[in-house]
Formats: sequence, structure tokens, C-alpha cells
Amino acid sequence: MLTNLSRIIKFGLQRFWRNASLSTATIAIMFLALIVFGGINLFNVISRTTLTSIQDKIDISVFFKSTTPEDEILKIQSTLKAMPEVKNTEYISRDKALEIFKEQHQGDETITQAIDQAGENPLLASISIKAQDPKQYQMIASFLGGDEFKNSVEKVSYDERNSQMIDRLIKIIDTTRLFGLLVTIFLTLIAVLVTLAAIGLAIHSSRDEIGIMRLVGASNFFTSGPYIVEGITYGLISAILSMIILFPIVYFGSPYVKVFVPEMNLKQYFDSHFFLILLQQILFGIVVGVTSSVIAVRKYLKI
Amino acid sequence: MIAFQNVTKFYNGNGKGTETIALDDVSFKVNPKEFVSLVGKSGAGKSTLIKLLVGEEGPDKGRIIFGSYDVNKLQPKELPSLRRHIGVVFQDFKLLTNKTAYENVAFALEVAGRPDKEIKDFVPKILELVGLKEKVSNFPKELSGGEQQRVAIARALIHNPDVLVADEPTGNLDPINSADIIKLLLTINEMGTTVILATHNKDIINNLERRVILLESGKIVRDEEKGKYILI
Repeated sequence: MLTNLSRIIKFGLQRFWRNASLSTATIAIMFLALIVFGGINLFNVISRTTLTSIQDKIDISVFFKSTTPEDEILKIQSTLKAMPEVKNTEYISRDKALEIFKEQHQGDETITQAIDQAGENPLLASISIKAQDPKQYQMIASFLGGDEFKNSVEKVSYDERNSQMIDRLIKIIDTTRLFGLLVTIFLTLIAVLVTLAAIGLAIHSSRDEIGIMRLVGASNFFTSGPYIVEGITYGLISAILSMIILFPIVYFGSPYVKVFVPEMNLKQYFDSHFFLILLQQILFGIVVGVTSSVIAVRKYLKI
Repeated sequence: MIAFQNVTKFYNGNGKGTETIALDDVSFKVNPKEFVSLVGKSGAGKSTLIKLLVGEEGPDKGRIIFGSYDVNKLQPKELPSLRRHIGVVFQDFKLLTNKTAYENVAFALEVAGRPDKEIKDFVPKILELVGLKEKVSNFPKELSGGEQQRVAIARALIHNPDVLVADEPTGNLDPINSADIIKLLLTINEMGTTVILATHNKDIINNLERRVILLESGKIVRDEEKGKYILI
């Protein structure tokens, strides 16, 4: 078994090497398919980061009456934290709110004077809430607007306009996700089909050879084995080549991506996920290469 | 022993509904160590007979026996084992173009799982037997037609098969190379291997003075010891 396996690997590599022009052409096509596949993956990472950053910008705040004691507010914060729909909460006391307000309007003397003249802090304590999913804001807002909190809550910043904007953002996020998924499926399918056709053609040109192997007494395993090894070699080399090309593209493209999505450091992502991306490319290359070889050889194994 | 028992084979003319009979109720036996020539015009059924013997195709009627094998009842996975008992030589040589002469011959042993040492010992010897000692590292495209046919014969013999089947082995060769190939087949037969030679070359058959089976439109019309190729 081990002897047979080593012979099959030897034949596969020999075929690959001796049919250099055919191997080069097949690798060139697979390489393009893998660039598309790698590109889609990076595009998905960028769009995921963009969507997450948009989602993170959405929140609602619940403002408390100036008479509501801090214990009560902290109790409500604990209740909110315990809700599965709530991702995180941030309590901003009246003093903290004033501090932030002053900081934001440092240069504006009119506002600073107005605050000083007011004597008492006019700002209310609040809790800012981020939901796990933007669709859950409506539910959280209705919960806080309920009778239970009527005496403590002044208002919840989730009005008609606010909700419309959040709804619109939810729609944009959902559509972008769906579009991204469809583009991924479509381009991956094209990459798979192109590779299938390329390897299919390479094996079609060897159909006489497959017939001869069968007539000389080679089993199916022995006949198809070298072609599978060839498919693995195509996949492996194309994957490594695609990484060599993706590497400078990511490095030079990263600052441009940052302009559009400030939260996205593509270069850093590529560096920290290098081996995972390489593994993904190799797996895709090998799986598609082997599948194409098996499908193509099966056609000629009937002799 | 090889036996064809009432074998009939049709071809259906590429699905056009026109059926051609390639072999019509053919029966004969070939004994061990015999040299048998199958003769007849092109399309008489010689190649079909060989295809049926190696299991490349199945008969529509009848039975084919090869030693302990009931050929037409074999499953596809059992065919490699049958084919290792039969060496086949074709008119178009059927060599693996991206393998050298040595590798083409060694391949037949490698697929049978024979050890490397045996392959290293046997292959040069058999290539020497067919007169290709100096051409072991040449690829088929670097060899003449006669030399390619010798590689094909070496490959067919490497298993030490019970039977060597040669389908028009001289069809693509000049008279001198043809004579050399036939001489080689006779030597192989003298060494104890049954040889079945399919040809339509009258001169070769008439000089052989061995058993001749004449096929005509898929039927056996004559079967003679020390026969001649006489057209009816």
C-alpha cells in the first residue's frame, strides 16, 4: 500500500513536471480563481468591519428625572445588563454629563456662561444602551417606557425620527450582508467552475493515456491517483502564488481602505491572520483541484 | 486455455438504429503455447475478438473463457487482474508518451505492486531481449515505429503473461521492421508464451506456417493448422 502510494505520488509529480506547458496554463487559471476567492474573503472582512462599526455607532439613551436617586439608576442599569438583548450599558451621572458637555463646548463662551449662570446642573443622568442587534432597540425602548419606570425615567431617546433612521440603517446592513453573500456565492461558483473546466481539459488531453493505463492492468486507484496528485499540486502552487500576489495588494491597498473605513487596518488583519488565510487558500485550491480531477478522470475510467 | 463459445457481438452504428454484426456465433479454442494467427480483411472482426478477450468490451451472446476467468462475467474491478495475464500489443503501440522506454515497461509492473528490486532487475533484461538496451531513456517520440513496437512488446511481456495478443503489430511498420517484430513474436512463443497474432498481412502469415483462423464478416470461415492466408 505504501509502495503503491509512493508510486502514485511519483507518477503525479512526474506528469506535472513533464507536461510543463499544460501545468503552467492550468495553474495560471487556478491562480486567477484563487485571487478571486482570496479577494472575496478580504472584501467580506472589510464589509463586516464596516457594518460592525456602523452598528456600534447606533445606541439609545434613557434619561432619568433629576429626582431619581443614583441607587435606583444603578438598579435599572443592572436590570438592563441582565437582558439578553443588551450588549452593554454606560451610566453617565449628572456631574459626568456636565463635564462632557463643558469639554465639548470649551471654546464657546456663551454656552459656558449660560451654564454658570444657571447655577444648578441642568443636565440629567442617563444610561446609554447598545443592543446586540439594532432590531432590538424598539423592544428595549418600550421596556423602559413602561409603567414600572414611570417615576424614574424622564425620557428615552427613541422617537419616530430616531426609529426611522435605525430602521433604515438596519435595512442597509441587511441588504449589504445579503448582497455580500450572493456575490461570494456567485464568484466562488465561477472560480470553481473555471478550475473544473481547466483541469477537465488537462485530463481530457490525457484520455488515451488513461485508456492505456487500464489496458496495461492498472486499477482505478492506480489510474486516477496520479491525476489527483496533479490536482493537489495545482491547488497548492496556485494557492501559494495567490498569496504572493495578495500580499503586496493588501500592503499597498491598506491605507486606501482606511480612508473609507477608519476602523479597518487591512495590513494588520492580513499579518495577524496570515496562516489562516494561507490555509483557506490552500484548502480551497486542493479541494477544488482534487474534485475536478476526480470528476474528469471518472469519465475515462470505463475501459 | 482460451475458449470462445458461440460469441456474438453487435455494434449499433452510433445510435442511428443500424446494427452491424462484428462477430457472429464464433467458437474456437487456443491451447497453451500455441501460435495462432487471426486473419481477415479490415472489419472482419479481428480487433473485436481481442477487445472481448481483454474485457475491453462485452459480448452480446456467448461466453469467453481464459484460464480460470469467465471473462464476460468479470466485474470492472476484476479486469486488472485478468489483464496482467495477457500481454497486448497494438498497431498504434499505445505507449505512455510522457514516460521513457524504461518507465513504460516498468509501469506495467509498478501497477501490479511488484517490488522495486524486481523491477530494476527485470526491465533492463526484457528491453535487452527486444533489442533496446541502448534506448532505455528515450521517450516514445524519440524512437522509430519499430522501436516503439518493441517497447510495447517488452511491456506486454514483462508480466511473463500466459498469452501475448498482438493486434496488427506490423500495421505501421516497414517490411524490415515487420519481419523483425514477427521474428521476436516467434522467439517469445518458443519461450513458452501463447501468441495470438491478428493481421491482414498475407506475406507474414504465409511465411509463418502456423495455425490460421480466417474471419470473414464476423464468422470463422476456416481454421487450419499450418494454414495459409487465402482470400475467398
